[in-house]
Formats: sequence, C-alpha cells, structure tokens
Amino acid sequence: MKNLAAQFIIIGERTNITGSPKFAKALKAGDWDACVAIARQQVESGANVIDINVDEALIEGEPTMVKFLNLIAAEPEIARVPVMLDSSKWTVLEAGLKCLQGKGIVNSISLKDGEAEFLRRARLVQRYGAAAVVMAFDENGQAATRDEKVRICTRAYRLLTGTIGFSAEDIIFDPNILTVATGIEEHNNYAVDFFEATRIIKSTLPHAKVSGGVSNVSFSFRGNNPVREAIHAVFLYHGIRAGLDMAIVNAGMLGVYEEIPADLLERVEDVILNRRPDATDRLVMFADGLKAAHGGASKIETREDLAWRSFPVEQRLSHALLKGIDGYVETDTEECRVKYPRPLDIIEGPLMDGMRIVGDLFGAGKMFLPQVVKSARVMKKAVAYLQPFMEEEKKKLIAGGGTARPQGRVVMATVKGDVHDIGKNIVGVVLACNNYEVIDLGVMVPCDRILATAREKQADIIGLSGLITPSLDEMVHVAREMKRTGLDLPLLIGGATTSAAHTAVKVAPEYDDPVVHVLDASRVIGVVSALLSRERKPAFAADNRAKQDRQRREFAERRAARKLLTLAAARARHQPTDWASVDIPRPEFLGTRTYSSGENLPPDVSRLSLGEIVPYIDWGPFFSAWELHGRFPDILQDAVVGEEATKLFADAQAMLREIVANRRYTARAVIGFWPANAVGDSIEIYADEQRSRVLRKFHFLRQQQEKPVGQFNHALSDYIAPRESGRLDYLGGFAVTSGHGVESFAREFEARHDDYSALMAKALGDRLAEALAELMHLRAREASGYGKTENLGMKDILREKYRGIRPAPGYPACPDHTEKRALFDLLGAEAATGIELTESFAMTPPSAVSGLYFNHPDSKYFAVGKLAKDQIEDYASRKGEPPEFAEKWLAPYLDY
Amino acid sequence: MLSAVAAMPSPSRPSDSTEALRALFAQRIAILDGAMGTMIQECALAEADFRGERLRDHPHDLRGNNDLLSLTQPGIIERIHAEYFDAGADLIETNTFNATAISQADYRTESLVPEINLAAARLARRAADAATARLGRRCFVAGALGPTNRTASMSPDVNRPDFRAVTFDSLVAAYLEQARALVAGNVDALLVETIFDTLNAKAALFAIEELFDETGVRLPVMISVTITDASGRTLSGQTIGAFYSSIRHVRPFSVGINCALGGAQMRPYLEELAGLADCFVSCYPNAGLPNAFGGYDESPADMAKVLGEFAAQGWLNLVGGCCGSTPAHIRAVADAVRRCPPRIVATHPAAMRLSGLEVLTVD
Repeated sequence: MKNLAAQFIIIGERTNITGSPKFAKALKAGDWDACVAIARQQVESGANVIDINVDEALIEGEPTMVKFLNLIAAEPEIARVPVMLDSSKWTVLEAGLKCLQGKGIVNSISLKDGEAEFLRRARLVQRYGAAAVVMAFDENGQAATRDEKVRICTRAYRLLTGTIGFSAEDIIFDPNILTVATGIEEHNNYAVDFFEATRIIKSTLPHAKVSGGVSNVSFSFRGNNPVREAIHAVFLYHGIRAGLDMAIVNAGMLGVYEEIPADLLERVEDVILNRRPDATDRLVMFADGLKAAHGGASKIETREDLAWRSFPVEQRLSHALLKGIDGYVETDTEECRVKYPRPLDIIEGPLMDGMRIVGDLFGAGKMFLPQVVKSARVMKKAVAYLQPFMEEEKKKLIAGGGTARPQGRVVMATVKGDVHDIGKNIVGVVLACNNYEVIDLGVMVPCDRILATAREKQADIIGLSGLITPSLDEMVHVAREMKRTGLDLPLLIGGATTSAAHTAVKVAPEYDDPVVHVLDASRVIGVVSALLSRERKPAFAADNRAKQDRQRREFAERRAARKLLTLAAARARHQPTDWASVDIPRPEFLGTRTYSSGENLPPDVSRLSLGEIVPYIDWGPFFSAWELHGRFPDILQDAVVGEEATKLFADAQAMLREIVANRRYTARAVIGFWPANAVGDSIEIYADEQRSRVLRKFHFLRQQQEKPVGQFNHALSDYIAPRESGRLDYLGGFAVTSGHGVESFAREFEARHDDYSALMAKALGDRLAEALAELMHLRAREASGYGKTENLGMKDILREKYRGIRPAPGYPACPDHTEKRALFDLLGAEAATGIELTESFAMTPPSAVSGLYFNHPDSKYFAVGKLAKDQIEDYASRKGEPPEFAEKWLAPYLDY
Repeated sequence: MLSAVAAMPSPSRPSDSTEALRALFAQRIAILDGAMGTMIQECALAEADFRGERLRDHPHDLRGNNDLLSLTQPGIIERIHAEYFDAGADLIETNTFNATAISQADYRTESLVPEINLAAARLARRAADAATARLGRRCFVAGALGPTNRTASMSPDVNRPDFRAVTFDSLVAAYLEQARALVAGNVDALLVETIFDTLNAKAALFAIEELFDETGVRLPVMISVTITDASGRTLSGQTIGAFYSSIRHVRPFSVGINCALGGAQMRPYLEELAGLADCFVSCYPNAGLPNAFGGYDESPADMAKVLGEFAAQGWLNLVGGCCGSTPAHIRAVADAVRRCPPRIVATHPAAMRLSGLEVLTVD
C-alpha cells in the first residue's frame, strides 16, 4: 500500500493572518523580521508549501503581499518551497502572481462571481503559470452538502478543462471544511460530507486534487489546543484515506493520530464521523476537563532545531552566517564583545572566518547566490551591532589625545552592468571598521560617476568589484579612463570572476599607478594601509609590479604555448606604419662616434667624465640587486627596509665619490648610425645613402602568439622603413662599458675579505654602464634631431618616456645573442671600447651594454615569445645557417 | 492593462512554421547558429560604425549596442546570418538579445526598439530565404528575446531585500513591444533565452501569450535557461526541475540550456532536463568556460566532441553554440551530430509540479 501520509502535502498556515494571531500582530506592527521568521519556522517544521494571506481591514493588501513575497524570496530556505497565495481579493492574488518565479498556487477562484469572471481569472492563473484552488462555491453560495460540493466542483472542472484547456492536474478543489461541534445539528455531518465529496471528486474528475483548511473544522474549540490538535489529526487521518491530497495546517502543531489517548480519540472520532447524536456534548465536557488539567495553558510546539545554540559562541556565529539566520546574531555578537578585547577583533576573527567559509562554499557550488546574500545580511547586522561600540572606542581614543581622523578615503563601486555587491559590501565594512572612510557608490555604477566621485571627494583609492564576466572588460575600461583623465590613485580590483592574472595582464597595463588585485576582504586592510603609507607604498608597489610582471610573463608563455600563428599569418598582422608620412629623422652623422673617460685621447674620441654619467643612474635596480624592493628615493623612508636602504645608499655614494674622484673606472662608448631599410623581417645596413652596398644584415624574429583584434605581431624590423616604401631609413647602434677597472677595484676589497665592498664595486660598475647607455641614448636622440627638443626631466628619462627604443640582442625583443656580432662589426666596438665578445657572445668586461637604436615614433619594447618551427627555419635560412644553429641559440623560445 | 485580457479570446491557430519545424525536429537533430557577439567583435567596429549615418548625433555612446547594428550596419549582420546557415544551421536567432526598452535605455535608444526588432527580423528573414534558395533546405528564423539587464525576483540592494529594480508589468510591456515587432518581421519562432531569473522569463512568456491573442496566430515558443555555475541552479536560485515546472504552462516547443557554461559543465543539467521535458530539448553552450580574461578557448573540435556525445546519449533535439562559438564551431557540431537520431520526447504521468527554488511534485 502507498504510504499516503508520506505523500501528503502540508501547507503551512502560520503566515495566514486569519489563522495566526502572532503573524497578524507582527504584520500590523510592520515587524517584517518576525513575519519572515514565522515563514521560516513553518518550512523548518516541514511545510511543503506556505500559505500566505494578508487579508485584514487595516492592511493594504496588494503592497503588503508584494513586500512579504519579495522578502521571503530573498530567504533561500523559505523560497525553496512553493507559495500558496491566499486572498479573497483577486487583485491581491494577481499582485502576488507577479512576484513568483516558481509555480505557486492561487487560493482561490470560484464560480461565485459567475462563469465569465471565473474563466477570466483561471486564464490569467494559467498565463502566470500557477495552479489554482477552486472553492466549491457558486453564484448561489457555499456548498455544504456532499452533493452540492460534487456538483459545483464537477461544473468548474468541465469549464476549466473544456473551455480554456486548463490542465486538470493544476486544479485543486477545496470542497469547504466547515466547523463541526457547533451545537447546530445541521453542522454535525460537515466532516463526513467533506470526506464523501472528496472520494467522489477524486474518482470522477481525473488528475484533480483536493485540499482544505483544516483549522476551520475545530473552530468551536478555540483556546483548547490539545483538543484541536487531536481533532486535526483525526480529520487528516480520515481525509487522507478519502483522497485528500493536501491541507492547510499549522506545520508546527501536527498531532500524531496513533498517539492520541484512547478516550480523547473515541470522542473526537464520534464528532468527526458523526457517530452519535451526543458526540458534541461529550467532547465539550471532556475538553473542559482536559483544559483544567493543563492549567488552561495552551501548548505551542516549536520544532525548530536549536541544537546549534549550545555550541561555543564563535561556532554559533559561523552557523548563523552559513544558514543566514539573523535572529540570534546580536545576542551572540554581544557575547563575543564581552569576550574579545576590541569590537574589531570580532569582525576580523569569528565573523570573517564565517564569511570565508561562505565564500568557499559558494565558490565550490555548495551554496547559491541567494543564500550568500542572506549570509551577507547577517554579517551586516553583526557589524551594525558593533558599530556603536567602535564609535565609543574612537571617542575614548580622542579623549585620550589620539586622532580619529579617517586614515584615508576609498571610493568603491560594482561596475556598470553588474548588480553583485556582496564582496564589495564586506570589504566596505572591514575598511570602515578600520577607520577608513568608505564612499560606496553601489552597483551598476558607470565609469564616469566613479571617476567624478573620486575627484570630487579627493579619494585616496578606488575599488572596483564585479561578479560576472563582462565586468572584467568594464574594469579595464575604468582603468583606461583613469589614465586618460589623469587620475593617479591606486586601483583595487576584486570580485568573484576577477583574478590576479587578469588584473596583471589586462587591467594593470592600462594604468600607471598601482593596480592591485584583492583576493578577499581579509586582505584589503593590508593592501590599503600599505598603499596609503608614504613609507610602505614604494616597496609594496614595486613588489606588486614585480608579481604582475611575472604573471604577465607566465601568461604570455602559456598563451604562446597554446596557440601560435603561422609565420605568414603573423607577418600579415605586423604593426602598420604609414611610411609616406611618418617622420624619419636623418642623423647629423653617419658612421660612428667614440667617447672615453680615459686619458690621452686621440682627436677623434670625445671626452667623457664619470661625473656626468652619475646623474643617469637608475637606483631602483641597485636596491633590487641587494634584495631591497622599492622605488627610489622613497625606499629610503620605507618603514621596513628604509634604514638598511639608507645605509646602503650612503655607502654607495661614498664609493661612487671615490670612483669618480680617483677615476677608478674608465667609461668608454661608441655609437653609430647607418642608412638602412627593412627587407622582410631583416634589416639591411648600407654603406652609403645611395644603398650602393649592403654592409651587414640584422635578422629579427616576429611574435607568433595569437592576439586579440587590434593588437599586432611585432618584430623590430617593423620600425624601419621597408625598401619597397621608397624611403631611406637609419638604424643606430651602441656599445658602452664602465667596466675597465671594476675587476681590479673589486679585487682590492676581496683581498681584504671585504666582500660587501667588492660587491658594491661591481654593482656600481653595472649601474654606471646602464647610466652610460642612457646618456649615450640621449646623445643619439640629439644627433637624430628630435632629442634636442624633448625637454624631459631626469625622472622621465629614467622612466624611458622619450621617443625611440634601444633593444639589446639577447633580450626579449631580439633574443638571439649572435646578432651582436654584426653590431660589433659595424661599430668597431672592440677597438673603440675594449669590449670583447666571448664564444657565447657575452660581453667582457661584464659591466657593458650594447644594442640598437630605433627612432620610429611608435617603437616599443616587446617580448618575442614562443616561436614555431616555420619561423626558426625561415630565420636560419636568412642568416645562412642550418636550422640547428637557430634552434641552439633560441632554445628557450622554441614551441616544439 | 493585464486584467483587460478577454475572458475567452478565440483560440490562436498554429503558424505554418510550426508544422515545418515539427517535421524537421521529428526527422533529425536540428542545428542552431552560434554567437553573434563574437562575430561582431571580430569586425572591430568603432563608435562611428555603431552610429552609422542615422545616429551620428545621438547624445549617448552607442559602441557595444550590438542590436543597433541591424539598423546601422545591416550588411554585417546579414552576412553573419548567412555564414551560420552555410555552416549548417537550420535556425538562426535574430540580433535582438538586448532589444527591449529596458536594456536599450542604457543607450537612450529605447524609442528605437520596434524599429530595431523589425529590421533585425526582416534581415534575418532575408538571410534565411536566401539560404533556403541557396542550400536547398528550409532555413528558419527565431526571434530572440534576452533576459534584459534587470532581475524581477532579486534585489540589487542587499539592505533592501524586498526592493526590485524592475516590475513584472514593465517587463511584460517591454517584451510585448519587442515580440510584436519580431512577429511583424515574420520570424518563424520566438526564443526566450539566457534566462537568469525565471520571473523575467515568465513575464516574456506572458507577453508572448498576449501577443498570440492579439494576432490569432501561435508561433513555436522556444525557451532556454542559463545555469550559472556548479550549484546547478539559475542565478535566481532555481534548480533545473523547478525552472521547467515554472515555464511548462506555455507548452513550449522546446526547452534547453545555454550560456554561462561550456558543454562539458552542462552535462548533468542537460541530462536531467532531457529526462523530464515533455517537449523538444535544446543545448547551446559557450565555447568552454570563460578564461581569466572573459574570452573562450574551446575549439570547434572540442565543442563538437562534447555535443556529439550528448547527441549519442539521445539528449538533443536542437544544438548550437553560445558565447565564443563561430561558424567553424557550428560546422563541426553539425558534423558531429549528423548520424545521431533526435531525442525522443519524454512522457510522464500527469502530476501537479509546483516549484519554489526546488520542485514539488504532487501526484
């Protein structure tokens, strides 16, 4: 036999204002939290559906129904079950239908207002996608007897299924459960009439269901819950056997038929089944006795599982966050407040711990969005509770002479097109709790509003959040706009789809100031405090930049590894230049110029002093060499490494003075320019401007990784006019060293076991060589004309903000070290500078730099990345070498 | 407005396309097109291209308003449609994903909505008719109705859970305006797709029923939901079963899953849907999961492998691609499912299937 009771549908009645005084009171008082709690309690008690009725003279039905439905829609544990909209007003039902994403039930429609209106409403119910309770009610009133009930239901069934094609399985008949034991004789058979009508309806009207409001049957025993519970249990027992599919009951107050005491059961069944004329009197008498025995107390059974309330307080908070229960959160937060030294400790401790679990579960697909929203609300409530205590703490701080000025101002927004703000809100709370002023612009915030607010409020930091994929592009857009409009604040990126990799590769390159990915709210204070600290910012930013450089490199490698274009396709995507109009400067000299800081120079060698090189030193890499990270000169004030850096810098200055004053090192340089044209991916160097003879050829490699539309596959040859353009171009080259003397100077210290100074001597040698390369590049730009008017400060020079580049063979844009041979030949570099090339094309002395000058206004540094076999073969044949030669020298770049 | 529905309008008759589509679906797995957005992106259009001559002086940026291209760059859209038909598509979607007054308000182009939809439907129709002549098989057009950029059953404000950024009534009005123009442009079916929030979809379906009353002709209604992540639920929290029970009242021609996930991640949900839907089942996934940069990496061969397996399982009646897919993907998918028979529509005993976020069956 089927387990009828197990399949029976319980419709929770406690959110029915006519059946629940508690709900009525809460609703009238506008205590929505209490109303929602009642709904939750119903579902937790096992209601399969919840009945919602807000019909009350003093309450405006439509907006109240809408508000309550919207509120419980945000409670996943309630929203998981279908809703029964219950009202005597059609407009309230229709307002409710417009709020349900699921398939609910309308309670009710009937023939009371005639067939046309009945069918009109039924058609709308169908169109809104709901099932309908059809009352056994017609133009003449409510059906009380078995035959009346069956007649009206049958008529309604025929109209619905025949005339408008309403699905029979979506019809639920309510053949009226009327009150028994009223003392009026005609009422005595009401329950029996109901059971019999149910039995007939179920057997004659296929697929239709039967339901009813059970509380009504026991209305005569109001105030005597034990008896009412017994009546309900008995009624359901017999109703289910007659075919009742569902009933509106108090899910938390369901008695069990088998557990009703025999004497009570007998009297109740006498009434329900109308077994004897004095049944009512006998039950009334028995009930009075029972009530007296219970001291008149009514029994309310709550089946909410409260076991978790006995956990330690931290676990209780965690549980409440996970389940989204906000009923106890203030009590528990208070308990923590007494226990923990500072309110902030609770937020950063147990509350954030709980939210982290929520985040993890969400990430793992074990919680879904509405639940997370609910958790966020519990979190917010806890924080709101702690707020006054934190204010208090602040006041005390001020009273004690401290400062409560906000540490900084953060503008935050969920970007345009995205409505998700849970993470952002938590970040906002954590920031505010740490005494930062947070200006939260909300969700779907257009870029211009974020920027305008940041400007207007003089924000220190902007934070962007997003959860959906298109938000990533919008964040890139915001970064680009920040740069375009000249903002210079740090930018924070966060939200579920964001990643450190995306931030590094897509966002950070669009903006000059730090762009930091914040993994979750627990990291935000560390990031923000570092960025707003004069001392710590440089090191933090440098570290962030270094991390992002690495991520970009790894990404490029992965990407390159993934998909390479054919060489032909890559060439077709070269960076285009309008060769007819582009500015090609003719250098003021062709051939080479030589410089030296040595003595007794020949007439064709220009004088160079070590002292003039010193200002071109970029000290950033100097500190990096000593594992101290940060931007110079801010690093000297850095809270952590500042002292060490300052000492190091002082020592460096002292040694540098010694080197310059006593000419411990000799700097030598040669630069040159030659007529040139690109031929394919190679560049021909001509003996003269008539191109009478090719002196040497440089061979370059082209990026082969697939790139998005609007980006190019670069090769250095793209920066020199191709021969077929008809224009003559010029390529420059250089080789510089400050290394003569470095080794011997370092050895002096080594001999004294002063490794620190020996290292310092070498590090300064390297810095001087790089500085000399920078100085010579300036001379080269001046010789090309445009450098004479570039008007850049030293800082901008060191940040390479000038036109043109000087890539070095063996580095990312032209990774083949063997190309140095042609360069050295053209420059006569060995004779001019004393730099030798080793077998592996390394330069000695080591403090040396060489490279090529490109004047093209759009020239940029890039990394060639992975190379496919077709390019390696092409490259080797251009160089006149076997493929194995190219494979050997380019081994790290091969994609095969 | 809604209460003004007549009690008993004369029942609408099925369109001619209904029978033709039924015949096609009975015979084999039908092929839907792939992404429009990806193809448009490839064209690298600039602001000026989006504006065309027509909207040169429009007061708001229009770049990214892909739906507008049906008016300002009809040639591009028609060419993309043609490419998909050539790749094997039987059915293409009009370029109207965001062409409701609600979504177009972002660009202040809401007054153009009827025109955008009419133009989109007409050029899709033209592409389909040309393809029918060129390819010797009947090519169909589905009028696409997207989710809009607002959710009717979720609050965008965590502090006001009862707040809604859009009402059912305004969604119905917007969808009715869109659907009316699509039907006027002679589409063969209507496709309510990329459903994040079932209440939005219910509003679209409500509007469509209103329209059928208005025109007296009933087009096949196709429905496609988006399962957002590994929770297996819609963004608004429904399981696939709850979703199906929420929209089943319109007796859809087909129901399916698209967007957000790649085919591989859709597998369990498609399997579930194929088991419970008493109508045709469709599937048009993204070309894999979005990578860290919002792009899609799945190759045509990869996608064809996954969808080919679904077809072999007997889960598919209609298959195509969503974000990141291209004509090459569609061609590969069409090849992969060619030899598989179409799914047999499921039949279930009559039962009342209610739903909240989860389904409740009463039988």
